[in-house]
Amino acid sequence: MAKIGVFTCWCGENIARNVDVEKVSEAIKNLPGVACSMNYKYMCSEPGQSLIASQIKELGLTGVVVASCSPHMHLKTFRKTCETAGINPYLIEMANIREQCSWVHPDKEIATAKAIELIHMAVEKVRRNHALAPIKVPVTKRALVIGAGVAGIQAALDIAAGGVEVIVVEKEPSVGGKMAGLSETFPTLDCSQCILTPRMVEVGQHPNIKLMTYSEVEKVDGFVGNFKVTIRKKARYVDINKCTGCGSCWNACPLKGKIPNAFDYNLGNRGAIYIPFPQAVPARPTIDAENCMRIKSMAKGKELCGICSKKCQTEAINFHDKDEFVEVEVGAIVAATGYQLYSIKKEQENPNIKGYGEYGYGKYKDVVDSLQFERLISASGPTGGEPQRPSDHEVPKTVVFIQCVGSRDNAKGISYCSKICCMYTAKHTMLFKHKVHDGQAHVFYMDIRSGGKMYDEFVRRAIEQDGAQYHRGRVSKIEEIVVDGKKKLRCYGADTLAGQPCVVDADMVVLAGAIMPSSGVTSLAQKLSVGYNEYGFLSESHPKLRPVETNAAGVFVCGACQGPKDIPETVAQASAAAGKALIMLSQPMLTREPEIAKVDENLCAACGACVKACPYQAISKEQVLDRRGNLIKMTSRVNQGLCMGCGTCVAVCPSKSIDLIGFTDDQVYAQIEALCE
Amino acid sequence: MTLAKQDKSARVEALANTRLSDCYQCGKCTAGCPRGDVMDMPPTRVMRAAQIGAIDQAAGSLAVWQCLSCLTCTARCPKSVEVAGVMDAMRQIGVEDNLTNPAAVKVVEFQKAFLRNVRRNGRTNETEMATDFEARYFFRRFDVVNALKTGMLAPKMLARKKLEFKLGSPVKDKALVKRIFDKCDVKL
Repeated sequence: MAKIGVFTCWCGENIARNVDVEKVSEAIKNLPGVACSMNYKYMCSEPGQSLIASQIKELGLTGVVVASCSPHMHLKTFRKTCETAGINPYLIEMANIREQCSWVHPDKEIATAKAIELIHMAVEKVRRNHALAPIKVPVTKRALVIGAGVAGIQAALDIAAGGVEVIVVEKEPSVGGKMAGLSETFPTLDCSQCILTPRMVEVGQHPNIKLMTYSEVEKVDGFVGNFKVTIRKKARYVDINKCTGCGSCWNACPLKGKIPNAFDYNLGNRGAIYIPFPQAVPARPTIDAENCMRIKSMAKGKELCGICSKKCQTEAINFHDKDEFVEVEVGAIVAATGYQLYSIKKEQENPNIKGYGEYGYGKYKDVVDSLQFERLISASGPTGGEPQRPSDHEVPKTVVFIQCVGSRDNAKGISYCSKICCMYTAKHTMLFKHKVHDGQAHVFYMDIRSGGKMYDEFVRRAIEQDGAQYHRGRVSKIEEIVVDGKKKLRCYGADTLAGQPCVVDADMVVLAGAIMPSSGVTSLAQKLSVGYNEYGFLSESHPKLRPVETNAAGVFVCGACQGPKDIPETVAQASAAAGKALIMLSQPMLTREPEIAKVDENLCAACGACVKACPYQAISKEQVLDRRGNLIKMTSRVNQGLCMGCGTCVAVCPSKSIDLIGFTDDQVYAQIEALCE
Repeated sequence: MTLAKQDKSARVEALANTRLSDCYQCGKCTAGCPRGDVMDMPPTRVMRAAQIGAIDQAAGSLAVWQCLSCLTCTARCPKSVEVAGVMDAMRQIGVEDNLTNPAAVKVVEFQKAFLRNVRRNGRTNETEMATDFEARYFFRRFDVVNALKTGMLAPKMLARKKLEFKLGSPVKDKALVKRIFDKCDVKL
């Protein structure tokens, strides 16, 4: 005979204002199997919890219903109460009479009637609850960090400092990411490379870190604590263990200075064998197979050039290099794949996003994006830090900066704010003024968003001390004109503060393009079973309370792959993700909720519907063998480590041979029946 | 509008002794201005025009002559910009460069008459100033009705001793007055 205790909470006024809790308690008292029904002002408080505990002990309750807020809020609290009072923590159910009742129904009578129904349903469910034990899974004490920009570097260093082995995978030939290409950083104007390169070197040398550059994640199998990740090491044609980084090869390459360098956003050139920038880690070259004359000729059966190989003292160059696959086992994964700038020109990869024809990006050489401008004013950039416009290498005197290019432009398909453009544009105007004293910067902005420590002061400094002329308004179009034999870019803008159109003839235009997640992030997210939004930014588990966790257990996110953010925020989030990964990896066994799917293997016809439906790849087809090893039948089987308990498989199973423990068909139907009574 | 504006803005900055780029267009000057509701170009817009070098517009507005120079704007400015000083600078530039709004002719002429009077005497002589002002205003507009109206007022005011029939009455140290005017370099 069930002995169920029902505890109705007032939640101060939150519930009691719209639900007659006394009436609810009275009505529930008479339900069959209910041993006690009480109410209290704050059930989650210390006295509230002791009330529940004392009733469990006194009456020997076999089930508990707490009618209060959402289980998201306090299920853990009340499970703990049950456990300390001596009954299984899975013998408690919560009826949500706050979010689903008192907050949404202004009529007290209706709300009270609904509260009674909700509690009745919970009573019927808890009557059919079984004692459950959490699932324990072993954990591999090793982490994988995907991406080695400032986020990945920080996360890897923190995890490594915690004494855990880290594998860092970076798709480019060097670590450093976008930050390595920046000139100076706001709001302190310290040189980006000066603060980043020591960390890049540390990542390359740390005994706990295994660095895999020019590599990509190919496949992710397994589950939290026990991932098996296949990594593709792309053919580099240089053995980085033999190579000493002496530079004879890249200096001898006949194509030196002829191929656009992607690290300089095609403003500078490199050879076919190259290091992307002098401070690269590892400081080992890579051969660009698409352009290398030797590798191209090999496809035609000839052996041309090969000068680099002849120059190499250590025989590190191997023109027959092939992609390699390496399988690693890790317990936790940190995704730090970063961002790229929105492609401003007319043609777009993503059909939902449109480009700007009106700004002439890609058509006029002197219209550049902000990352290109970073290279043009960076001491390590193609111009050695002198701002030169790309068309004729002259120093521009009037530069127009346009903010919100893509960002907050619904017609182009991007509604979000890219967050950092206000700050870096202010920085650009300052750096430009510091280098070109008689220059004038004009900024077209919509709002200046400079929330952050010393941020607004920084923007005001750009305006007040460095004389940047800010105009509130967007630029409608840019056209190239010739004034006194000189090319100019005429920007048709507006100054809404003056209430009039505003035309500026610029020598160069810098567009602050929107921040987009780096390409390939969605396919990576699918491999990791991590959610992402319409733009491809990876989804965190909870925007406030679980900002670095994802819905895939054991996978964490940090940096701009989760949303636009600046360096300080990225570093903070990377450390947070590293901390969360370390917490997970420091446990001897991982505990998981037991509310997962279970297949009745006697009934299962192995049709595979559930295998296809499972969003977490947690179900697989397995053989059922007898003692001699003969095949009896096939069946679906749930991997306890991977199942997230979503219940999709239960819904698709044609033979009703899967049930979700804790939410069995039996329990759900009993709830529905209670509602229909 | 073109933006070769540095020199124009610099002139305002020198006259008003303030930095125009300090203004972040919050609008508090307009909000507190006792004449803000009737101005064609409230103080915030005058400031913006000064920032982008649209001096002709600001100096040609009626607003700079509607300004009472009460200095509420300056007193309340969160960035400590001399807003009233900028208004004053705009009036001066308007007079010097012949940019003043035709509709403001009366107040402009009054301002000039006042200053001429102070320059000559070191203080105002009301009869002298009124005569100067009315005469010049008449020759600007040939407004006979107005001239007759104010002309008829004079005897009544004299009778009630609101006006004294006496020219001059200058201060003792006229050299000092000259030095002040020379320093300000006022063109009238």
